[in-house]
Amino acid sequence: MQRRDFLALAALGGGAVFASGLAGCATRADGMATAGNTAGDFYFVQLSDTHWGYQGPANPDAAITLRKAVATVNALPAPPEFIVFTGDLTHTTDDPVERRRRLAEFKSIVADLRVKTVRFMPGEHDASLDRGAAYKEHFGETFYAFDHKGVHFIAVDNVSDPGARIGDEQLAWLRTDLARLDKQAPIVVLTHRPLFDLAPKWDWATRDGAQALELLMPFANVTVFYGHIHQEHHQMTGHIAHHSAKSLIFALPAPGSQPNRTPLPWDASAPYKGLGFREIEAEEAGRALKVTELAVVRA
Amino acid sequence: MRTEDASRRRVLKGVLAVAGAAVFERSGMAQSVAGPRTIEMTARRFAYEPNEIALRAGERVVITIRSLDFVHGMNIPDLGMRLDLVPGRVTRLELQPKAPGTIDFVCDNFCGDGHEQMHGRFVVSA
Repeated sequence: MQRRDFLALAALGGGAVFASGLAGCATRADGMATAGNTAGDFYFVQLSDTHWGYQGPANPDAAITLRKAVATVNALPAPPEFIVFTGDLTHTTDDPVERRRRLAEFKSIVADLRVKTVRFMPGEHDASLDRGAAYKEHFGETFYAFDHKGVHFIAVDNVSDPGARIGDEQLAWLRTDLARLDKQAPIVVLTHRPLFDLAPKWDWATRDGAQALELLMPFANVTVFYGHIHQEHHQMTGHIAHHSAKSLIFALPAPGSQPNRTPLPWDASAPYKGLGFREIEAEEAGRALKVTELAVVRA
Repeated sequence: MRTEDASRRRVLKGVLAVAGAAVFERSGMAQSVAGPRTIEMTARRFAYEPNEIALRAGERVVITIRSLDFVHGMNIPDLGMRLDLVPGRVTRLELQPKAPGTIDFVCDNFCGDGHEQMHGRFVVSA
């Protein structure tokens, strides 16, 4: 059975709430190496902004939402080849001991995922107050790259600096990492904050994100998946496509739609409304990416 | 809503020119400045005090800002400027708004559980 058939079945089952082809991924040059391994269709899952440790009225079920999402991922008709968490694994705390306890609890919960290839990255709630120290103890480096079936993945850390900077050191690393790639190589960037100025008045930006985008611009096939804003959002900067993910704790209002970025109220008649995660299907070594949005709990 | 927001930004840029905006950082206490009205502000987790400042169009003011507990940020996107508010220093922000309107500012250095509520605005009247 082809992956697209699984998607059709999921849609019939009520789990798929959105699916579309994405801009930003075009055909690569014939015969050019992309990312150094075997091409082929695959899909992965993006979860984001789980905020383990949050307690508040925006999600009275905070203690079980993540576990339900793990169960839903485990029940997918076909297992993803890997899973990514794009930051804010935990809700921030001033207490270093409590921060480590939350990170450890989060790690223990997601250990129940049946798919064992899981990639993590921090959000500002995990890493900004100690510049990533506790995060690194549990999950390792905050920025890295890997290849999967012809697609080059780059995890960019724009949160360990509390000022939302990627920083010169990481930008130099990014420049070096990109230098070995063909300009037609499919590239997927995973990060927490938007790399572009989505809503600076709400601190929805990366201070030096434009420098990262400038490095990525020469590449024809770049797609960015991020979190931070607790909602699905799609935007192009030039030919680069940016797609933010829903949260697994509470939803936030549309960018600039109200004076402040306060969480949307919990709807007891529709628990987990506005929350969810997504599947991303890469076909033909990144020639096309498709997103399917899924609810926390399958209908 | 995005269209409305974009329209609002265009209006802001059209009516709120800031002449002579300048930022200085000095160690020690704020120095009195002849001429412009001086307004004192503090920043602490997770609020500016005051967080709403009334200004008059055409008036030159100097905002002297002291951070009490953290290197808070003060990002003023409509003016294309931002500041780091370092504890132990007085950060000076000179403004001269030209026309009525509202200028928002926000902390853009993540400062903890409550950072998302740390914001304020200048309200400029005719």
